[in-house]
Amino acid sequence: MDIVKNSVGRKLVMAVSGFGMIAFVVAHLLGNTTLYSGPDGINAYALALHSCSALLWSFRLLLAVLFALHVFFGIRLTLENRAAKPQAYARTDYRAATFAGRNMIWTGVLIGVFLLYHLLQFTLQVTDPEISALRHPDALGRPDVFTMVVLSFRKAAVAAVYVCAMAALGLHLAHSIQSSLQTAGLNGEKTLPVITKGGIIAAILIALGFVTFPLAVYAGLLR
Amino acid sequence: MNLTLYVWRQSGPAAAGRLEEYRAKDITADMSFLEMLDVVNEELVRSGREPIAFDHDCREGICGMCSQVINGVPHGSQEKTTVCQLHMRHFHDGDTIYIEPWRAKAFPVIKDLIVDRSSLDRIMQSGGYVSVHTGGVPDGNAVLIPKADADTAMDAAECIGCGACVAACPNGSAMLFVAAKVAHLATLPQGRVEAARRVCVMTEEMLKEGFGNCSNHYECQAACPKGIKVKFIARLNREFIRAQLKGGKDT
Repeated sequence: MDIVKNSVGRKLVMAVSGFGMIAFVVAHLLGNTTLYSGPDGINAYALALHSCSALLWSFRLLLAVLFALHVFFGIRLTLENRAAKPQAYARTDYRAATFAGRNMIWTGVLIGVFLLYHLLQFTLQVTDPEISALRHPDALGRPDVFTMVVLSFRKAAVAAVYVCAMAALGLHLAHSIQSSLQTAGLNGEKTLPVITKGGIIAAILIALGFVTFPLAVYAGLLR
Repeated sequence: MNLTLYVWRQSGPAAAGRLEEYRAKDITADMSFLEMLDVVNEELVRSGREPIAFDHDCREGICGMCSQVINGVPHGSQEKTTVCQLHMRHFHDGDTIYIEPWRAKAFPVIKDLIVDRSSLDRIMQSGGYVSVHTGGVPDGNAVLIPKADADTAMDAAECIGCGACVAACPNGSAMLFVAAKVAHLATLPQGRVEAARRVCVMTEEMLKEGFGNCSNHYECQAACPKGIKVKFIARLNREFIRAQLKGGKDT
């Protein structure tokens, strides 16, 4: 694997793995909107997703590989970049670098920690066994995802964790959409500002989209 | 005008450096930034103190020697301006100015504000050239080059190798410099022949020299005194992908 020995090659791994995960995040957001159709919506959606376990597991495996590559090279590139700049300036006046761009490693860490909690909570369902969807089927015998999600988000602490995590995701995406397109070379002088602004708008929309679920439940709009 | 300067003083590569305070007195708005430092140095010499060491050569904005970070911005706050072309009319009486050398692992400080930028030369030696047959001078226009390509190549060739992109980059990356060289040569038919190998070896040499990786902050573009655009980094990335599809640096 000569490509990962090269600076541009490693960036390409970051871009491609990141873009794969962005595609997943968008699909996840669209899937989550079935929550607004009530128990019949999301419970049926979850059952359909789990009906083909071979497809589900190959998808999960692919995501796990993308995630591992992204984390490994993300940490490695960050350490290399820190080493390349051993001494800081007494004064620094950034004129283009954004808060989001300079803190990718930290928003990344926050997303990673959140992901662990999210998987334990809604995939493995070990954090709150008394509302586990797998152990508490609905009237039609399907795992009751709707009740699990609604009862979880009624707790202020859980809703707050989700809102904070989505803020971190929004910041991460605000830099990563334009960055991954630039790294893939899909950019020019005229398209760069459009892609940069479009990426930030898309990041805000994705984060806001996810935030509506805990907020809607907490506000009592979903019950 | 009278100014307060905080200047990085470091007696040698291994010595510990520190910011020292100086007064710049009776500076006129017509002076360049380097002329202001000349005045400060004359005063230091008169009082028997060591003058501030700084790099300079052409003093007309084309040599790329004046490597100073002024108030946190390489070459100062004026766009597309080198330190020697930065004039004191952009400052006000009573201002405090911080002057530091380029900071990057690949640019070790030699003395005060002078850094060793020969790592950029070694990147050039690795692949920033075109192999040509010796012999008679080729006829002018024997190789036809579309005007748009010639313009793009000239835009990239404006890079003077000053290293402001590295100094500005939060990652200490030289990607804009490498991209300018790669794009300049790859756009022209003479440079196209070795384009695949060039992009691979130059980016490899960049890492070996201790520069960081590009993470698309675009501070480099904002700092470049010659207005080199990050579109050339996208071009470099395309060249790299193309080279990998062809079999990497062994093509």
